[in-house]
Amino acid sequence: MATAEVSNKKTLKVQRFKPSDNPSNTYLTDEKGVWAWMTTVDHKKIGIMYLVAVAIFFAVGGALALLLRTELMTPAKTFIEADTYNQLFTLHGAIMVFFVLVPSIPAALGNFIMPMQLGAKDVAFPKLNLASFYIYVAGAIFTFIALAQHGLDTGWTFYTPYSTESSSSVIWVTMGVFILGFSSILTGTNFITTIHKMRAPGITWGKLPLNVWALYATSIIQVLATPVLAITVLLLTMERWLGFGIFDPALGGDPVLFQHFFWFYSHPAVYIMIVPGFGIISEVISTFSKKTVFGYWAIALSSLAIAFIGFLVWGHHMFTSGQSAVATTVFSFLTFLVGIPTGIKIFNWIATLYKGSIKMDTPMIYVFIFLFLFSIGGFTGIMLGALSVDIHLHDTYYVVAHFHYVMMGGTLIALLAGLHFWWPKMTGKLYNEKLAKIASVFIFVGFNVTFLPQFVMGAQGMPRRYYNYVDQFTAFHQTSTIGSYLLGVGFLIILYYLMHSLFKGAKSPANPWGSRGLEWQATSPPDFHNFDHTPVVIHGPYDYHQPMEEFQLGLAVDTNGHDSETAKEVVDKEREQWKNYSLG
Amino acid sequence: MSNHSQAHPAHLQHHFVDSDQQFDAAKMGMWVFIVNEILFFGGLFCAYIVFRAWYPDLFTQAATELNTVWGAVNTLVLIGSSLTVAMAIRSAQKNQIKGLQINLLITIALACVFLLIKYFEYSHKLHIGIWPGAELYTYEGIDHPLAHVFFSIYYVMTGIHAIHIIVGIGLMIWIYIRAKKNEFGSEYYTPVEMVGLYWHLVDVIWIFLFPLLYLIE
Ligand code: HEM
Ligand SMILES: [Cu+2]
Repeated sequence: MATAEVSNKKTLKVQRFKPSDNPSNTYLTDEKGVWAWMTTVDHKKIGIMYLVAVAIFFAVGGALALLLRTELMTPAKTFIEADTYNQLFTLHGAIMVFFVLVPSIPAALGNFIMPMQLGAKDVAFPKLNLASFYIYVAGAIFTFIALAQHGLDTGWTFYTPYSTESSSSVIWVTMGVFILGFSSILTGTNFITTIHKMRAPGITWGKLPLNVWALYATSIIQVLATPVLAITVLLLTMERWLGFGIFDPALGGDPVLFQHFFWFYSHPAVYIMIVPGFGIISEVISTFSKKTVFGYWAIALSSLAIAFIGFLVWGHHMFTSGQSAVATTVFSFLTFLVGIPTGIKIFNWIATLYKGSIKMDTPMIYVFIFLFLFSIGGFTGIMLGALSVDIHLHDTYYVVAHFHYVMMGGTLIALLAGLHFWWPKMTGKLYNEKLAKIASVFIFVGFNVTFLPQFVMGAQGMPRRYYNYVDQFTAFHQTSTIGSYLLGVGFLIILYYLMHSLFKGAKSPANPWGSRGLEWQATSPPDFHNFDHTPVVIHGPYDYHQPMEEFQLGLAVDTNGHDSETAKEVVDKEREQWKNYSLG
Repeated sequence: MSNHSQAHPAHLQHHFVDSDQQFDAAKMGMWVFIVNEILFFGGLFCAYIVFRAWYPDLFTQAATELNTVWGAVNTLVLIGSSLTVAMAIRSAQKNQIKGLQINLLITIALACVFLLIKYFEYSHKLHIGIWPGAELYTYEGIDHPLAHVFFSIYYVMTGIHAIHIIVGIGLMIWIYIRAKKNEFGSEYYTPVEMVGLYWHLVDVIWIFLFPLLYLIE
């Protein structure tokens, strides 16, 4: 036995694989044609398909938003009917939450990047991954059927009893959301398994990129919360269809119970949206400061803390719904607690910047925008969590401004940071840095012009979801509308230069930012199998003080990264060896 | 794939390093899926708890309409099927392909018996006017204004459970066909074990449903 081991050790070899800047074979050249794309189980292609779908939905949701803002130019009717207005804001909200923000970072960017950061060839269940995409499409079709019928005017929250009475097509949308939930669940299940089981030799939990930690926390929330949403919308469908009497007060049900069910999912869901954004911020901030992330474990574990506490605060959406005084007080206190792990992250990111060699490329600009906007969103969340304040602010534009600062200023800006960061990796092309910077100015200015006035008018009493308003708010609303046009221009610029980059952009080298992340040690765009060797990791993902060569290691076995008995032995050996390495 | 020169087992998917990794991943994924299912039913149990706490006498009165004997028989049927599915896995592990097939067939048969009994229960109720939801509910035998709420909960819980049984039957037929093609053995039986896990879950849920719905005093 002992001799066998010794001889085995001799065959262990790690060698350097420098990624080529001019790959001849990539995932884009390997399986071509529409059919190959539609049936692919390659996580990269599925990620791209999700990205395209999310972008289309974002364009639809964004266009709806511009219509809404245009209607609000004048206090009375501007150009659409009140009923139409109700439908537009409902669809805007439902599309942006369920079809854009929830799948955006995990299913689009996460799908593409996460297996590469683990040095894996794919996610654990590639077929489920493809299925999740088609389930998403099916959910979308249901929603479009609703649109073609009577639309939806309940608000994205589907509160009973209105949702059981409304004459719009509630059932189509709730069934759409039900189906969509499965897509989210499959992604979460897949990611948890992938992170546990598919890590390349040497990637211990302590060397996991923070993006992966964030996706891990997100997946846990997805798995625990989404089934509850599924059952909630199912019961709501039954309530409307058969009169179940569980949520409808006229039949003996309780509408507050519906709110509990809904927010038990939907508050954690806001963390499904934001936590993956945190992951991107950590990656980008370290790459563009050329410095180890400050407080690795603090950032990693605070994601899990947020996931956990996030399940205990849903009642803060129901302070005015007739919840008991005790419950309200407890929920208020727990809501303040969520601020702690979030604050920990912000402070650690700031500390990462300290004495870093900061390079203000576009992804980094979005990180700064994120830090600024998300902090405002988080602080105003704490204000809303304070009972006496919330009684005044609930259902006003202040809440609207709060959640746009976190969802758009947080998640969407983080998505833009990630998109600009990984674009060269995904497409193999560079984009126009100058236009990108100009667009980011439009986005930043436009965003604040749109949403800052909403804090003020909300505090002065402007209710949300209203079609008309009193004259005193005219100036605020008009400023806000102009801001939204600026935002629109910003996104059009982005669309333009990204398309230009796709078709005419300059070729990107394998690692244009000089990142230490494993995904950057593949070619741009990556090989069909991500790496054509089995990567071996010996340093943490942010160890910028170590030379680049040591991040480019892989098993020196000539099996082309494919499985075989020898490869298995070598990999097992490597695993053992690096396990000890990290402990010692 | 031309560069697949080395021999490797047919069941091994290319993105896994080896069979162990593939098996571990499948098992972990299955457990996560089970957590999903538990939360899914958890929502229903939650609705049950709330309404039972609010209207205890509704539950004691309405539960008398459920047939305890057939409920108990069904419980035994499902427990039996859990045993046979476990034996199916054991057979696969021991390379007894015949035993695997027979045990699968028995499990499928028991699942069908369960559905059959459920069918008679449902049709009896529908016949006397116990329909899900206030709109269709016409039965007058229960002297409680919210009698329809209890049966809404009853139908949705047992109905979703029955859908799981149907899915399970489909899965086991699929496993059976693959077993006939000799795809499983002691080397590779992951799908058998996964379907077995799923079946145990369906069984456990029923073990909660039965007393909660049928055995209220
Ligand atoms: C420090 C963290 C946060 C705290 C303390 C917080 C607190 C609150 C509170 C108390 C409300 C209820 C206001 C009311 O309706 O009267 C609220 C609403 C909301 N928050 Fe947050 N929040 C936080 C972060 C987030 C994040 C990260 C997101 C999303 C990415 C988010 C999205 C929302 C949404 C969508 C609503 C409004 C839901 C609706 O009624 O339509 N929040 N938040
Ligand atoms: Cu919340």
